[in-house]
Amino acid sequence: MKVSIEVNGRPVTEEVPDRTLLVHFLRDTAGLTATNIGCDTTSCGACTVLLDGESVKSCTVLAAQADGHEVTTVEGLSAVDGDLHLVQRAFREQHGLQCGFCTPGMIMASVSLLADNPKPTRDEVRAGLEGNLCRCTGYHNIVSAVIDASGQEVDR
Amino acid sequence: MIPASFQYLRASTVDEALSLLAAHGDDAKVLAGGHSLLPLMKLRLAAPEYLVDIGSLDELRYVRLEGDEVAIGALSRYSALVQDPVLLAHAPLLAHVSGLVGDRQVRHRGTIGGSLVHADAAADLPAAILASDAILVARGPSGERRIPAAEFFLGPFTTPLEPAELLTEIRLPAQTGQGWGYEKFTRRAIDWAMAGVAVVGGRVGLVNLGGVPLRATATEEALAAGASIEDAAALAAEGTNPPDEPHATAEYRRHLARVLTRRALQQAASRS
Repeated sequence: MKVSIEVNGRPVTEEVPDRTLLVHFLRDTAGLTATNIGCDTTSCGACTVLLDGESVKSCTVLAAQADGHEVTTVEGLSAVDGDLHLVQRAFREQHGLQCGFCTPGMIMASVSLLADNPKPTRDEVRAGLEGNLCRCTGYHNIVSAVIDASGQEVDR
Repeated sequence: MIPASFQYLRASTVDEALSLLAAHGDDAKVLAGGHSLLPLMKLRLAAPEYLVDIGSLDELRYVRLEGDEVAIGALSRYSALVQDPVLLAHAPLLAHVSGLVGDRQVRHRGTIGGSLVHADAAADLPAAILASDAILVARGPSGERRIPAAEFFLGPFTTPLEPAELLTEIRLPAQTGQGWGYEKFTRRAIDWAMAGVAVVGGRVGLVNLGGVPLRATATEEALAAGASIEDAAALAAEGTNPPDEPHATAEYRRHLARVLTRRALQQAASRS
């Protein structure tokens, strides 16, 4: 079917098989490969993007379901001049990543969390990111990054 | 993993969804949020020829107080239910349980109707619906029918809905002033419950203690006869037939049922 999705503000229209998953549409059709495929079973959150502003796991959404809607990937967060988004900058400052595989999904989930809860506690960050797995960091610095991005003092 | 090929059909009204289902019947599956169906299709455990996507039917997304009943549109998403003011005031158990399903991403997509129709005994909503004494409203070619929750879960992943029927609404008596509680035990954060217990008033629903969500009738009868919470909770596993698996044996799940029932009843008592 013909699918039109506004990806990071740019309309992407393509004839794709009905069974195309959103994550494949983003990576293969839109050419945006920052969104990773991790577990492919709705568990790890590496493929998290924003669909109409809400975090979703793009391995478990059909491209057809996003037809006519807006999607934001991590590539769409930074400003046109290349400046990092607040959350991206905080992940770098707080060393909220090691291998980096979970990071695009982790950042998109964090952006969604902060939109709903602008000043979360460390416990609320952990609960809010329960759908995103990181096998490197032990989460400590990821939580610090979200606290930092929220403008709160990072209390280790 | 990619699902087997299917033809995607999008309904823009309930009537259109019903006529698509009538046309394709057994070969079609209804796609709501897709968070039960799509994982099954990716594993090739389900391979429908047609998907009827009802995800854009905003007419099925609402929570309303109608007299002394709460009416919930079947396509209401967990993320909306968890903060819905009508639900928080008149059916707080369902709002609370909606916030415990999966994770935030799942709650942005998953729908209450999708969960009920999927009829997984390990899911949170079916037991909560059972404890809430809800009525499920379905529409089909021959009109509308109302199915009590107690008659809705026929077996694992099996409901009385016909292939051409669509669950459109969930209705339950307003729970204003009734104590409620919910407890579940999971191995990891976003896992399905090994066991769970939903309590509203004197009704107790059990998660994952058999092939279908169950009422803990022995506990309910003991409570009605004036037994203490401890004595009533000790009966919670009677008549259950929980799955027996290496990480949670049937006996362990029965133990969890008794402990979690006691805790959920204590919560309910503290809130009534």
